[in-house]
Amino acid sequence: MNALPEFHYLRPATAADAVRMHAASPASHYIAGGTDLMPNLRRGLVTIGAAIDLGGVKELGEIVEQGNTLRIGSGVSLAQIAAHPVVQARLPAVAQAALGVAGPTHRAAATLGGNLCLDTRCNYYNQSEAWRAGNNYCMKRDGEGCRVAKKSKRCYAAFSGDVAPALIALGAEVEILGTEGVRRQPLLELYRDDGMKWLTLAPGELLVAVQVSLDDAWVSAYEKVRMRGAIDFPLAGVAVALRREKGVLTGLRIACTGVASQPIAIDGLDAVLGRPLDAAALATISEQADLANRSMKTTLVDALYRRGVSLVLAKRLTQRLWDAAV
Amino acid sequence: MKTMLRLSVNGKPREDAVAENALLIDYLRDALALTGTKQGCDGGECGACTVLVDGQPRLACSTLAHSVAGREVETVESLSQEGNISRLQRSFHENLGAQCGFCTPGMIMAAEALLRVNPKPDRDQIRAALAGNLCRCTGYVKIVDSVEAACGREHAL
Repeated sequence: MNALPEFHYLRPATAADAVRMHAASPASHYIAGGTDLMPNLRRGLVTIGAAIDLGGVKELGEIVEQGNTLRIGSGVSLAQIAAHPVVQARLPAVAQAALGVAGPTHRAAATLGGNLCLDTRCNYYNQSEAWRAGNNYCMKRDGEGCRVAKKSKRCYAAFSGDVAPALIALGAEVEILGTEGVRRQPLLELYRDDGMKWLTLAPGELLVAVQVSLDDAWVSAYEKVRMRGAIDFPLAGVAVALRREKGVLTGLRIACTGVASQPIAIDGLDAVLGRPLDAAALATISEQADLANRSMKTTLVDALYRRGVSLVLAKRLTQRLWDAAV
Repeated sequence: MKTMLRLSVNGKPREDAVAENALLIDYLRDALALTGTKQGCDGGECGACTVLVDGQPRLACSTLAHSVAGREVETVESLSQEGNISRLQRSFHENLGAQCGFCTPGMIMAAEALLRVNPKPDRDQIRAALAGNLCRCTGYVKIVDSVEAACGREHAL
């Protein structure tokens, strides 16, 4: 792997300073844990004029319970999230997803914001300069065309963050800071299905925090399938949030990662509400998850396997939560 | 461009002119000659470069040197005291936890971080704490044995 390219190092003390620094040098890049950005920089996948290190911005590193809402700063590490008692007890999908990321050493450094904004991944992109040169590059970096879908005009690199689907299933919102001030939006709207431009953030906008409601009527879980038991991105990951009242399913939200260029929320689940979970309901869940799935051959593992396994995970987690929520 | 970096390395305060784009591993190995910290994959996949930053295990290959300004960095060289290797190092030696030895500094620093917060981990906890460290020789059994055996020891030998 190559040495790092030349760049300046900036260390703001506040989020507002960080946004101002970015506006002053548009080629800069925010960096927090650096566990994904650093390898990408060394492989020549990213070019930056300056690294704006968010590690010194204290306001990003807090988890605060405000009434029935938990506000998690984007600079909180995944290790802190996985170990936080409120997250563990009331947002188990989020704790499981954070614990499922990479290995313990990565989680001590990697942050919530970094995982939510994680660069999309592809077998033809996350490679050394020499490998990519030998394969004539691709449209996501330095080249033309898509190696996964030869006739495609778009890039199919897969979004592979683990925490996003858990938070989407729990209806989380994000706070985004720009030069114009703070705006809030549902987390799902942070994304678009484009491997090269997967975030809807405007240049220089900074993800400041996530807000998620603590509603104990909802139970949740996250599970991922990966090649290795540690330090691996999901081939497919599924989060389920479910509400069971008086033997009836009254709420169901399912979100997936690793199967499109953005985390996806499964539509059409209202059809299974208002009655107990049965085989017909699970079949509907599987059909809807299949419709939403857009797996492409962006990993060494076959896309059909990733599609199939995501359906299995969706059904298995739903059944498990239903059974446990008596 | 180089700027001043102040931090503590292995208990000693330091002040060095360090390039803004320098990685922690390059600063440790090239500027301070602390070559116990190994460059394995350079991509955060192998854990051979594990050091402690304020007691937490961190990958020196994917950490910018300037990002640990003001912090306390510990490398494998800090473990031996007055020529005596630490209990973990001794335990790896006695239990054949090292074969080629390249992953060993990272394994030992990750295990050191674990034992400081959990002095009596079970085997699953040891495996979880070392999940980010790859070894291509031992098959891991001897490594987990070594960490487990070190837990009974109070002092360096």
